[in-house]
Amino acid sequence: MAENKVVRWNSNARLGIFVAPILVITLSLLFSESGRATGAEADPPGAECLACHGEKSLTTTRAGRTISLYVDGKKFATSVHGSFGCTGCHADLEGKDLPHDTPAPVKCGTCHSTEQEQHARSLHGKAVARGDPLAPRCINCHGNHDIYPVKDPRSAVAPLKVPFVCGQCHREGTPVSRNRPIAQDNILENYSESIHGEALLKKGLSVAPTCATCHTPHLILPHTDPASSINRRNIAATCTKCHSQIETVHRKIIRGALWEKEANVLPACVDCHQPHKIRNVFYTQGMADADCMHCHADEKLRRTRDGQSMFINVGEVSHSRHSKVACSQCHSEVNASRVRPCETITRGVDCTSCHDEIGKQYISSTHGQLNSKNDPNAPTCKECHGTHGVLGKHDPQSATFPTNVPGLCARCHREGQKAAIRYVGRQHEIIANYTESIHGKGLLKAGLTVTATCTSCHTAHRVLPRTDPASTVNAANVPATCGQCHHGIEEQFENSIHAKRISGSAKELPVCNDCHTAHAIRRTDEDGFRLDIMQTCGRCHSEIAKTYFDTYHGKVSKLGYAKTAKCYDCHGAHDVLAVTDPRSHLSRANVAVTCQKCHVGATRRFAGYLTHATHHDPRKYPFLFYTFWGMTALLLGTFVIGGLHTLLWLPRAFQMRRELRAAEEKASTELGESVDKEDSDAQS
Amino acid sequence: MPKAEVLESPSVRRARMSNAAVPERQFIRFTRLQRILHICMIVSFITLALTGLTLKFSYTKWAAVLSHLLGGFESAGNIHRSAAIVMFGVFLTHLVDLYRLKRRVHGSWRALLLGPSSMLPTRRDFTEFVGTLKWFVGMGKRPAYGRWTYWEKFDYFAVFWGIAVIGSTGLTLWFPVFFTRFLPGSFLNIATIIHSDEALLATGFIFTVHFFNTHLRPEKFPMDITVFTGRMPLEELQRDKPREYEALVASGQLEQKMEEAYPPIVIRAIRAFAWVALALGFGIVLWIIYAMLFAYR
Repeated sequence: MAENKVVRWNSNARLGIFVAPILVITLSLLFSESGRATGAEADPPGAECLACHGEKSLTTTRAGRTISLYVDGKKFATSVHGSFGCTGCHADLEGKDLPHDTPAPVKCGTCHSTEQEQHARSLHGKAVARGDPLAPRCINCHGNHDIYPVKDPRSAVAPLKVPFVCGQCHREGTPVSRNRPIAQDNILENYSESIHGEALLKKGLSVAPTCATCHTPHLILPHTDPASSINRRNIAATCTKCHSQIETVHRKIIRGALWEKEANVLPACVDCHQPHKIRNVFYTQGMADADCMHCHADEKLRRTRDGQSMFINVGEVSHSRHSKVACSQCHSEVNASRVRPCETITRGVDCTSCHDEIGKQYISSTHGQLNSKNDPNAPTCKECHGTHGVLGKHDPQSATFPTNVPGLCARCHREGQKAAIRYVGRQHEIIANYTESIHGKGLLKAGLTVTATCTSCHTAHRVLPRTDPASTVNAANVPATCGQCHHGIEEQFENSIHAKRISGSAKELPVCNDCHTAHAIRRTDEDGFRLDIMQTCGRCHSEIAKTYFDTYHGKVSKLGYAKTAKCYDCHGAHDVLAVTDPRSHLSRANVAVTCQKCHVGATRRFAGYLTHATHHDPRKYPFLFYTFWGMTALLLGTFVIGGLHTLLWLPRAFQMRRELRAAEEKASTELGESVDKEDSDAQS
Repeated sequence: MPKAEVLESPSVRRARMSNAAVPERQFIRFTRLQRILHICMIVSFITLALTGLTLKFSYTKWAAVLSHLLGGFESAGNIHRSAAIVMFGVFLTHLVDLYRLKRRVHGSWRALLLGPSSMLPTRRDFTEFVGTLKWFVGMGKRPAYGRWTYWEKFDYFAVFWGIAVIGSTGLTLWFPVFFTRFLPGSFLNIATIIHSDEALLATGFIFTVHFFNTHLRPEKFPMDITVFTGRMPLEELQRDKPREYEALVASGQLEQKMEEAYPPIVIRAIRAFAWVALALGFGIVLWIIYAMLFAYR
């Protein structure tokens, strides 16, 4: 069955091309044999009329032309109107004597009032009313006595025949195409090569859109008419009759709802998919790129309002990410019917019409919020991405290429710049610190483009302050943010005592940046990090950090050496757990191995060394406390005895010295030397 | 010439005068080995003190500066342990020397330990101590001290005590893995406290009480170089150790124990060394006082 159908449709399609000429030829052939057929069959309606009109030779002459009056009874009988009989339409002939006069034109609108009314409002109907000889009436498309249902392949307006029906007039070279103002040309050719035409004519898909699908069958209006189905405002609705899921197809590019609500700000379907030429590819056409450049290629072009240059560098655009985007796709309010299409533009470019998801992110961000408050400092799309020369983030020339991002953000966030001035948080010298950080060095010195840059942590478009729970740098989200790259660390961290899930603590727990800082992140094997970690841990673990400095490891650290064990060398860094936890590096089972990292041959007993011992706590470390005070008592006792002994000795010692000097003086005077002056020196 | 004389400091003048006026021959108080051991002890002791105190007072700026000057904490540790070996060497050499002394001079340990020149405390030391206190408060005359006074004996045994206490704990801290095979780990904490506080006691005592008793006493100011030269002017022996002097005169052995004094150049070199040691010692005392009083935490 299906095969038969296809075959029949194919033959019909081929036949259809010649429908009109064949009709004429058949009529003329039938005319020569008119009169042969007689009104033998009286039963079917109209049998009486067919007694004469069944004769192919029956003709008449009107306005000097011979016209066949033959009616194919069989066809008529099977047509939609077969049951009505002749007088169902030619009501004025009812009861008239034969031979009757020329009947009045049939009024299809008697039954088909809606279609009649639509036709009257349409381009075609108005032409008929004007008396345009080229204007089509019902009969020109639908035929007369052989009208079949639209779905019947025999119908003159069956989908497969529609292009040809319309093509009777709208082909190239017809009087209509030559003499009437029709904007499009080569309509039929373009259509037959378009995706729609191909589907209909080559693939035989009867559901493929024909002329009437877009232009409507009866209410055909010019595209300039606001009521027209192909007007800019309505075209989306027209196309979405079939392409109902087009929103999901275009969801990353165009917010579908806007097509209906704000069609004027958006490119219409036909801006990209030109009428009659629609193919399933992207079109490089510009609605009027050349028209725009007619003015905007002039380097001296200035805006009268403020003297701003309106020159557009074609080279810049053609090398940009938007090289295949037409001017009017961004500058969407242009009106091609004006001499200056741009004079209808009332607002700036709205990137969100294509970049919808990013637009939503931006609006929720601090940048976007400031922008919606009309803050002059708020960066918009173009502040970061530029305008006509916009490049993708993968282009090394782009301001948004990873290695350029710190410089881009620095324009506002460098100390002294506008964003840094209004910032009230605790991060300062952000750019300088980042540049010296491990990330900054990796990105800017080592040139590793995968290194974290500003946007890696803060996101590009959803930038929010850390106090915002939705922010990627909010304490609750920091591990996940860092974990984007440092996944293994995040896993360890989430199983450590510092993770809320494990500790169950209501206190504020540290996250990555509390130990590593936000922007001044250093290598953890550098001395600076190793020496600062005690203070870092000590922010929360103040007592235990203090007592660390009472033992050897801490004392050496205090001297400025990084080599001795630091907090994380024993406790673990990201996998730190309570020492009571069997998985801890310091648990009974693991502690000796931990010590062995530095102390080769260390035993479980060696690990009994108290690394946080203090001799100031008699309850916790009584033996240390009493040892210390025992030693101190010994020390003080010795010094008190020794000191008292010395102090008591002093007066006698001075006395001895005086006596000695006197004896010496005596001896020297005996020697006869004058040493008066020297004596006084000695006395003093 | 008179002008130059005016500019001389009292000590230099005295040295010049003694060279000119004092008899060339002096009493031998210390043997060459004893003098060498004392110098070795000074060097190792000051070294141990400086390197050790950097750790003890690690919270002072001075400690960090000194530690860096010494080449870092590891280098300082190596220096500390080297000095400790020297100290142990000094101690052992002295013990061997005592043994040889016993064999050559005294014949038996009894004679060595209980003879008139014994270092062991005796009843006489106690009476001399009481007599000294009386003299201090003006209730009697200065006792007639023998070869070793009670404070010299105290200093001598303080070294024995120090070597035992600081040395043993020091070894424990030097070889913690070995010692914790049979000692609990927390013993290392105790050893640390004992080692460092005993060291503080030793340095504090040597650089204040010992310095005063032997060098800074006004009648000997600024220093007594007998321990470096080994020689003592006879009148000083007469004055400071009258009992020994009289015993020597009585036994007629005095002349055997006299030798010529060192030439001035040697004396000057010895004084220079002693000044450095004194200065370092006082520097350390000041540092300790600063660290204990103003920077202690």
